[in-house]
Amino acid sequence: MNIITLSIITLAVIGAIAALILYAIAQRFKVEEDPRIDQVESLLPGANCGGCGKAGCRNFAESCIKATSLEGMLCPVGGNAVMKQIAGILGMEAVEAAPRVAVVRCNGSCDNRPRTNIYEGASSCAIAHTLYAGNTGCAYGCLGCGDCVSVCSLGAITIDPKTQLPVVDIDKCGGCGACARACPRNIIEVRKKGVKGRGVYVACMNKEKGGVARKACNTACIGCSKCAKECSFDAITISNNLSYIDSDKCKMCRKCVDVCPTGAILAVNFPPKKVTTPAATEPATTPTPEESNK
Amino acid sequence: MKTFKIGGVHPHENKLTAGYHITTAPLPQQAIILLSQHIGAPAQCVVEKGAHVKVGTLLAQANGFVSANIHSPVSGVVSKIDSVVDGSGYAKPAIYINVEGDEWEDSIDRSNTLVKECNLDAKAIIDKIAQMGIVGIGGATFPTQVKLMPPPNMKPEVLIINAVECEPYLTNDHALMLEKADEIMVGVEILMKAIHVTKAYIGIEINKPDAIDLLKEKSLEHQGIEIVPLQCKYPQGGEKQLIDAIINRQVASGALPVSTGAVVQNVATAYAVYEAVQKNKPLIERVVTVTGKSLQNPGNFLSRIGASLSLLIEAAGGLPEDTGKIVLGGPMMGRATANIEAPTGKGTSGILILTDDEAHRPDASPCIRCAKCVAACPMGLEPYLLSKVVAMGNYDVAESHHIYDCIECGCCSFSCPANRPLLDYIRHGKGKVMAIMRARNANDKK
Repeated sequence: MNIITLSIITLAVIGAIAALILYAIAQRFKVEEDPRIDQVESLLPGANCGGCGKAGCRNFAESCIKATSLEGMLCPVGGNAVMKQIAGILGMEAVEAAPRVAVVRCNGSCDNRPRTNIYEGASSCAIAHTLYAGNTGCAYGCLGCGDCVSVCSLGAITIDPKTQLPVVDIDKCGGCGACARACPRNIIEVRKKGVKGRGVYVACMNKEKGGVARKACNTACIGCSKCAKECSFDAITISNNLSYIDSDKCKMCRKCVDVCPTGAILAVNFPPKKVTTPAATEPATTPTPEESNK
Repeated sequence: MKTFKIGGVHPHENKLTAGYHITTAPLPQQAIILLSQHIGAPAQCVVEKGAHVKVGTLLAQANGFVSANIHSPVSGVVSKIDSVVDGSGYAKPAIYINVEGDEWEDSIDRSNTLVKECNLDAKAIIDKIAQMGIVGIGGATFPTQVKLMPPPNMKPEVLIINAVECEPYLTNDHALMLEKADEIMVGVEILMKAIHVTKAYIGIEINKPDAIDLLKEKSLEHQGIEIVPLQCKYPQGGEKQLIDAIINRQVASGALPVSTGAVVQNVATAYAVYEAVQKNKPLIERVVTVTGKSLQNPGNFLSRIGASLSLLIEAAGGLPEDTGKIVLGGPMMGRATANIEAPTGKGTSGILILTDDEAHRPDASPCIRCAKCVAACPMGLEPYLLSKVVAMGNYDVAESHHIYDCIECGCCSFSCPANRPLLDYIRHGKGKVMAIMRARNANDKK
C-alpha cells in the first residue's frame, strides 16, 4: 500500500480511538454547570477589575448565582443597570446601590506645590515612595508616576501633563477601586458619586502640622478645623492635622469650601455659583502664588 | 590575588580624598539625633524636654534584641522631642539638643594613650559594646552586640575585619586605618576575645597599599591577626562576598553569614569597639568623607553624630554651584537626598556631591538580553528577569528566583548598557516578597 495512504489511515484510526476515549471521559466526569452563570457573565463588563471584591467577572457571576439575595452585591463598573438585568435573570429583587467614583485627594499641581528635585528612578509611584518622599516638599502627596493610570482597565484616569496630577473621567470611572489599591500613598479614594458627578472632598493627605504642610504646598490642609465647625451635618472629622469629609454624610452644601483658608476642599462638577458678591466669583478660595509666598 | 568568585564590577575609584588626614568638623549649634540610626527597632527615648545632657549621656535605650542605645554626641539642653525630615524626605522621630559648650561625661577617657590590656571576659565585652550603642558603621548599622552573639548551634571560627572600602569616592576607613592603626588592632583583639576565636583576617583592597603596609607592620605585635590584600572589585565589602574572598566559603541562600564560621565586622566598628571597651566612649562621632569633584575642600571629617549635612558640606568649602546630586554614602549604594538640613547618623559614611554633568541618569531603553547584569550580579541572580517580573507584579516568580538574596549592591544597574533602572525594581520587589514571606510565616505559626 502507498505509504501516504497508510499514514492517513493510521492517523485517522488513532484519532478516532482518542476521540472515543475523550468522549467517554467527558461523559463520565461531566460537571453540571448552571447555564445562568454564562448568562450573568455575558452581562458583566469583563474588565476583571476586582472592584466587586471577587477574583474576576466569572467569579462574581458564580457568587451571584449562589447568593440568596443580591444585597451587597454590586458590579461597580456595570452599576445598577447591570445589577437589574442580573436580578431579572435570577428572579431576585435588585438592590439599588449608590454609584461610586474615584477621587484624587491631592491638589499639589506644579503651581501649588513647587518641585524641589528631579526624580530619575524607575517610573513607578510604588518605587518612588519606598525610595524617598518625592520630588516636592510633601511626603504625602501625589508622586505623579501614574501607577493608578496603568492599573485602570477602563482607561478612566490620565495624568494631566500640566499639573502632573491624575484626572478621573467620571463618565468612564466605574468606582472599582483598582487605582485606590495601586496608590502607595492612599491618595485615591472611592467615594459616593453625587448627582451629575458632583462631589465635595478634601484634596490633601498631608498629616504634618499646618505650617509644615503649608510650606510644602499652597493648597495643603492645615487642620485648622474651620470646616468641621461650619458643617451642619457632622460629616467632617479632623485627625492628624487633616480634615476628612464623609461622603455618605455630606449634603454638598459647600459651606466648608467657602471657609477653607487654603482652598484644600474642592467642590467638583457643580454649575458656577450665582454671582452675589464679587468675592464669591472666585473659584474656590485658592490664594495666588504671590500671596502665599509672603 | 584573592577576591570573590561570582560577578562584581570595577567602577572608577575616584578616591579624591585618599591620604587626607582626619580633620575635626566644627561642633553644630543644634544636634538632631534620630531615634532610629540602626537596623531594628527604634530606640526608646529616656530624656525629657529641658534636660541638661553631657557628651555621652544616654538619650535613648535599645528597644528590643535588635536595637541599639543612643548617646548624646553634644552637651547642652534637650530643646524638643519631635520629628525631623531625614535624608529620605520623610519625617522621623528625633531628639533636638541645643549645644552649650562641650562638656563630656566624667567616665569617658579622652586621652590619646593607647590602652592595650583588656581584662574583661567575653560576656562583659559584649555587654559593654551593647551599652555603648555600637553598631556596624560600615553602612548597614546592624547592632554589633547581636552579631557577636550567634545562635548556639553556630560557632564562630574566625573573625573577618572588613577594611575593603570598595565603594568609589569613600576614604573614611582608609584614613582611620592610617591614623588609628594601633587602636584598631586592639579593637580587633577585643572582638576576637568576645567571640572566642584565635584567628582574625583584615581584608584590604590593594588600592590602599599604605594601609596594608602599616597594618602588616602592626600585626607583627599581635597574635593571630593576618592582613589579606584583596583585588579591587566591587562589592567586595559585602559580608557574603568578603567571606567568599577571604576564607573561600559561601553563605547559603537565606542562611546567616555566621553559619560559615565567620563573623564579619567593619574596621571602623573595630575602632569604635576599642573606644567603647577601653575608653568608655559611646558611639557619638565618626569619620565622614565629604567629597566631590567640584568641592573646594573635600576631606575626611571627624563629625559628631546629629550634625546636619549642611554643616559638613560647609566645612568642606560649601555647596558648589554646579551641584547636580547629593548622595548619602558612596555612589554605588548611597541614596540621593534633597534635604541638606537632614541630620547625619551612625551610618553616614560619606557625603558625595556630584556635579550636574555626572548626576543624571541616561534614559532607559529596552532590554536587549545581553545578560551583562547576570554576569555582574555577585549573588548569581538574574536581574533582567527579576526587574521584569516585579514590574508585572509576579511576586511569586520573583520569590522562586531568589529575589530575597539581592544585596542591593547596584552592579546590575551599573553594568546595564540600556541604562535600565534594574535595582529600583528589584529593591521594590524584594521588599514586597519579604513582606509576603513574613506574612506567610506568621500565618503558618498560627
